[in-house]
Parts: sequence; C-alpha cells; structure tokens
Amino acid sequence: MIADVRLLDAPFEPAGELAGFSAIHAEAGGIVSFLGQVRADEDVEALELQHYEPLTLPGMRQLAGDAQTRWMLEGLMMIHRTGVMHAGDPIVLVAVAARHRRDAFAAAEFAMDNLKSRSWFWKREKTGGQWRWVEPREVDFVDLKRWG
Amino acid sequence: MPIKIVFLGRLETAAGASEREVACAATLDDVLNALEAELAATLRADAVKLAVNGVLVSDRGKLVLNDGDELAFLPPVSGG
Repeated sequence: MIADVRLLDAPFEPAGELAGFSAIHAEAGGIVSFLGQVRADEDVEALELQHYEPLTLPGMRQLAGDAQTRWMLEGLMMIHRTGVMHAGDPIVLVAVAARHRRDAFAAAEFAMDNLKSRSWFWKREKTGGQWRWVEPREVDFVDLKRWG
Repeated sequence: MPIKIVFLGRLETAAGASEREVACAATLDDVLNALEAELAATLRADAVKLAVNGVLVSDRGKLVLNDGDELAFLPPVSGG
C-alpha cells in the first residue's frame, strides 16, 4: 500500500479528495476520515501555518509509515495545508481505508494526534491586525501519550 | 561560505527575521555568541530543537559545523 501524503500551499477540496480516495479503495470495508478546518471566530482574521521544508513532508511520510505498521490498512491519505487561511478553510484531511473499522478509526486518530503535536508545523493567528504565535496545548501532548 | 540560520515559529519574531547568515564557525557556541545575548538564550532553551542540513541534532555538544551549513531552530510545534 502506498500512502498519499501531501503538503499544499493552496486551498483544496475535501469532498473531491474523499470521493477519489474511496473510488480507488473499493476493496476496503470502511473509510474513516477527519477534516480539520479554520474555526470561525469573530476575533481571528486569519490563520497561518508555517512549515520547514527539509523536515515537514518527510516527517509526514514517516508518520504514514508508522500507521501502516501498527494497523492493517488498505489505504491512507494525509493532506495538510501551509500558508494563510481563513474561517472555514480546510487545514488537514486524513482518510484511512481498512478492512475492519476499528483499524481505520484508530489509525486516523493516531495520524491526527501526531499531526497536531509532533509534526513540524507552527501556527499563528491574526487578531486586531497583529500576528500572534499559538503555543502548543498540554492536552495535545496528553493525546499523543496514548500511543506510546 | 557563511552559515545560514533559519528561525521557525515564534523564533522568527524573536530574531526579527526568518533567516540570517553568520560567518563560518566551528561550533554551535560560536554561532550563538555571534547573536544578540537575549536571542542566544532563547535558542539555548531545552524546548528548542535544532536541525543541521535537515537532520535533527540529538547532542548539541558533539556538533561540528562546516561551511555553508543550514541551522534551523525549531520551537515547540503547533499544527493541525
């Protein structure tokens, strides 16, 4: 199985990506997906995700490989945005196809927990015309610890 | 060739630029000592990770730098 791992600096269309993913994984009994989007917040004018080219995409590929060794998967897709986004814009899409649903649920959650607190992204928000870096949250590390 | 320093996340704000160049130096201390003291202290913090030419450094003390190296200082991540 080859994972589809992408880092995009322009908007993407989650529904079309999911339709394409399910079409090429017709043999899978189930597909679990997670879409993260920019939360509508009247104070936040924009959100920016920064990455570091030599580490970010290679790290995502390694994460996809880890998920494949932990669970029996038929397919795995991870798409992550970089750059400036606005309310409602898709940030991250993870989709996992598997013969058994528990593997798909677990692998999708594992991928998201790692993307949020271990992958090489830095987030900042623009409020009142000023950019402010977002510090990691303690709960993200607690989420990550579940996976050992 | 000078050494290129890349500042990610909040370190970009602390440094006032996303990148800087310093004259070739043999050790990490030489590089840090060439920066403002406050910035150097921020970069020395345990929470800040370091990559040289795209490879994470596990032991800063053993690091030997070469001409043209790219040093990236990586603060705690916040993705998704």
